[in-house]
Amino acid sequence: MLRIVLSRTLPRISGISNCQYSAAAIPVPSAQPEVHYNKLFINNEWQDAVSKRSFPTINPATGEVICQVAEADKADVDKAVKAAREAFRFGSPWRRMDASDRGLLLSRLADAIERDTAYLAELETLDNGKPYAVSYSVDVPMVVKCLRYYAGWADKWEGKTIPIDGDFFCYTRHEPIGVCGQIIPWNFPLLMQAWKLGPALATGNTVVMKVAEQTPLTALYVASLIKEVGFPPGVVNILPGMGPSAGSAIASHMDVDKVAFTGSTEVGHLIQQASGSSNLKKVTLELGGKSPNIIMSDANMAEAVEQSHFALFFNQGQCCCAGSRTYVQDTIYDEFMERSVARAKSRVVGDPFNMKTEQGPQVDEEQFKKILGYISSGKREGAKLMCGGGVAADRGYFIQPTIFGDVQDGMTIAREEIFGPVMQILKFKTLEEVVERANDTKYGLAAAVFTKDIDKAHYISSGLRAGTVWINCYDVFGAQAPFGGYKYSGNGRELGEYGLDNYTEVKTVTIKVPQKNS
Amino acid sequence: LTGSHHPSNQVEQCKSPPSTVGKQGNMSSEPGNCQNHQDHDPDHGDAGPAKQTMPMPVPNLEVQYTKIFIDNEWHESCSGRKMPVHNPATGDLLCEVEEADTEDVDKAVQSARAAFQLGSPWRCMDASDRGLLLNRLADLVERDRLRLATLEALDSGKIFLMAYFVDLMATVKTLRYYGGWADKIQGKTIPVDGEYFTYTRHEPIGVCGQIIPWNFPVMMFAWKVAPALCCGNTVIIKPAEQTPLTALHMACLIKEAGFPPGVVNVLPGYGPTAGSAIAHHMDIDKIAFTGSTAVGKLIQKAAGDSNLKRVTLELGGKNPNIVFADCDLEYAVEQAHSGLFFNQGQCCLAGSRVFVEDSIYEEFVCRSAEKARNKVLGNPLVPGVDQGPQIDQKQFDKILELIESGKKEGATLECGGGPWNRNSLFIQPTVFSNVTDDMRIAREEIFGPVQQIMRFRSVNEVIQRANATHYGLAAGVFTNDIDKALTVSSALQAGMVWVNCYNAMSTQCPFGGFKMSGNGRELGEYALQEYTEVKAVTIKISQKNS
Repeated sequence: MLRIVLSRTLPRISGISNCQYSAAAIPVPSAQPEVHYNKLFINNEWQDAVSKRSFPTINPATGEVICQVAEADKADVDKAVKAAREAFRFGSPWRRMDASDRGLLLSRLADAIERDTAYLAELETLDNGKPYAVSYSVDVPMVVKCLRYYAGWADKWEGKTIPIDGDFFCYTRHEPIGVCGQIIPWNFPLLMQAWKLGPALATGNTVVMKVAEQTPLTALYVASLIKEVGFPPGVVNILPGMGPSAGSAIASHMDVDKVAFTGSTEVGHLIQQASGSSNLKKVTLELGGKSPNIIMSDANMAEAVEQSHFALFFNQGQCCCAGSRTYVQDTIYDEFMERSVARAKSRVVGDPFNMKTEQGPQVDEEQFKKILGYISSGKREGAKLMCGGGVAADRGYFIQPTIFGDVQDGMTIAREEIFGPVMQILKFKTLEEVVERANDTKYGLAAAVFTKDIDKAHYISSGLRAGTVWINCYDVFGAQAPFGGYKYSGNGRELGEYGLDNYTEVKTVTIKVPQKNS
Repeated sequence: LTGSHHPSNQVEQCKSPPSTVGKQGNMSSEPGNCQNHQDHDPDHGDAGPAKQTMPMPVPNLEVQYTKIFIDNEWHESCSGRKMPVHNPATGDLLCEVEEADTEDVDKAVQSARAAFQLGSPWRCMDASDRGLLLNRLADLVERDRLRLATLEALDSGKIFLMAYFVDLMATVKTLRYYGGWADKIQGKTIPVDGEYFTYTRHEPIGVCGQIIPWNFPVMMFAWKVAPALCCGNTVIIKPAEQTPLTALHMACLIKEAGFPPGVVNVLPGYGPTAGSAIAHHMDIDKIAFTGSTAVGKLIQKAAGDSNLKRVTLELGGKNPNIVFADCDLEYAVEQAHSGLFFNQGQCCLAGSRVFVEDSIYEEFVCRSAEKARNKVLGNPLVPGVDQGPQIDQKQFDKILELIESGKKEGATLECGGGPWNRNSLFIQPTVFSNVTDDMRIAREEIFGPVQQIMRFRSVNEVIQRANATHYGLAAGVFTNDIDKALTVSSALQAGMVWVNCYNAMSTQCPFGGFKMSGNGRELGEYALQEYTEVKAVTIKISQKNS
């Protein structure tokens, strides 16, 4: 999903914009980092599941079990909600804390994560399969930046005084919503945790977070850091567990004030329904995408090829904002295709702990099979397989970088989110045509356009129905810029100042005064 | 000029030293001295468990930095001149410091201009990295907090524990606060009419001259540089000639934190030479000054005479503190007392006109005088002392002259009224009652430990009298009545109004004056406006859509 712009701190490697890190600066990892925490984190304590059940978490590069992890269910969610509610009680240490001190705690958390960058990156790679070089230079630094960014907001989230009619004095207080349920996915486990915790804690909420069952380990280690830096008990509770049990319990809970979910559109529907069926908790959703990436004939070809490759294949294609419909103008289509295939063929797939590796395994067997199914459908429906198309190793969940040409808008691979290393290249003739086709989807998460023409850039970026539009770049994320979807891609925005809105209740206080003056 | 940062909190933190320690710490007092060292001074009563953890000044502190800081390097003055720096508590010479003048200002401006060039490391830096540098600077200040607090107490005569808990705390918080703003200074996209796309960029102004006073040297340094740097400006800062030492230590930390050369330049020097050179400079884009209203006028004129540089001013005050009969009396007395006597009375915020409602007037005066008599004067480095010397002979003489005018014009001297401890710069905590609005002590900024208490009868009367001044910096009101609180706070012409508190400042909250107390605001989000130019960029597009 993401690329951090590291150009200020690390040397830019020209032409390899998806590798903006210097291998020399990255310490040699241990491929077998020790797992320290595998229980539920409630009220700043480690607890077994009430049911005593546990589940295995798998190394997707080998298919082997890393360890067993306590499995939260409804009873554990109840315990966590109680702790979070108590921490949110009027007069509690967390409620009485200076906003600047909330910021300081978030800063300290960022410092602790930065200190443990190498270990967290190892654990992330072990549990998720993403290349260690990326975990180390993209995921963890972005986590640090996100937490520092929201640390700064804590004492800057200002209410207003409002000149209402009559002899009244009116002001707003920006209050935290309360107990926030947060359900995060497995594709960027650490980063999604930071995106969720940063704004929720900066604004003074308490959190019950369910981490994905595929990738619970780094979130639990961060839980230990949350305790270490001094967050009061109950402010953050972290529950590994399954969606239909623990996730559902959060979404349906009568004492959870808000739920934020990142994951599939299918589950997003369930979350929204659960809110409606229970206590009308506030809902924010970051869901799927089928994001168009439009290459005009006047674009810088080398740059467009490289960026489009990165836009799709980054993170094994497991990005909600993956540029999975690459629209190329007809006059440059053949050259673009040829160069893209060459680039995909050169992509290094293998052991994620190897520094040269660009692509690791898919996260689990289910995803692996689903992606292979989509590749079959592409072949069946008449798309032209230009490269890849199969399994890339005899164990683990590796898939060859795959490109389909001559893709038509009606094909399954052009309509559904594949969430794997499978690139669809489509041909277009005119500006108006491509905007219409790009928008012909139920999704609206991200989009990009490559052109040197300022008018085309503005026309397309205005015309696209997407929460994020990149011009001559892709996957450029900053903690400062909002992220979220139109249409079925979600509700609300994360990151930036906008991210604070989704964790705030506005209270209007009006006081009768004897006489108003301007 | 300026006030304290959460002084009420800090006073609490400083409560623990027992009065016996305070007594030991006193300089020998003259016979007949009015100071009455009671064992149960409420400010210095019970020795709490904090006694063990109370910070102590660095013993035998040596001054490390005495030169001009330009381009991240230490320079001698072009003229070869130095200026003496004294400890006002003893009169001892602390060191000599290089004295900047016009030529040095020119050098500094060149360096600041180079650091501000398009394409420079500072201009190309991510905003979040500017924030990170400010956060690192805060960490370094925290590391050197004892040393800086000691240096501040030696150089300015302020109470060491106040320097440690108030000034240094505020410095760290200010740097962290603006560290957080750096990547949140957001422009807008604007729905203009026609086929256009318009957005604003919030750009730094450029080279900023900053001239700061001697009453809160290191805190004023942070108030000035933090918003300027957070917005991406470069800075030439002149600390006061009385108190250059902590600013020079900050310069060293700025280099250590990793700010590029030329981004901050620190020039100790005098107002009529170095200060004037900054104010008149044709290549300085903005000037921010904190100091007297008289000098504020000179700064504004200099900007008009030269390049119309932007000007922000934080100037003097004669701040009303209004006490209604329905307030918590003991608390109001205590707040009014610290609202005036904090920092030896050397605060632009000092509540120097205390208006007390008729029915509680006598009681209020009596308790206030008792409080003032109980103050412990002495060596500011010693725990238990709560008033140090005035900053220098000039201020000392001015304060005594105003005290004499008060006596001559018929105010009632309740306590104090003269110098304390021969051959020193200490002044007895002084309270005048029966002060009338026309007396000099009711109109002029005294900037010393001299409290004026006036009597009032009605809300409208006190509002009118409180506003009858050319100043408009701060004001206080004490009442339990919500209507009175809201009416008076709306009516007062002042940049800050405190209700049932005084000097309650924090870095999130804007600070600045109405009328002749200044122009613009420091602190809070408002301060960012003073350090940004807004650029509207409009692009013709082929077709606009909502």
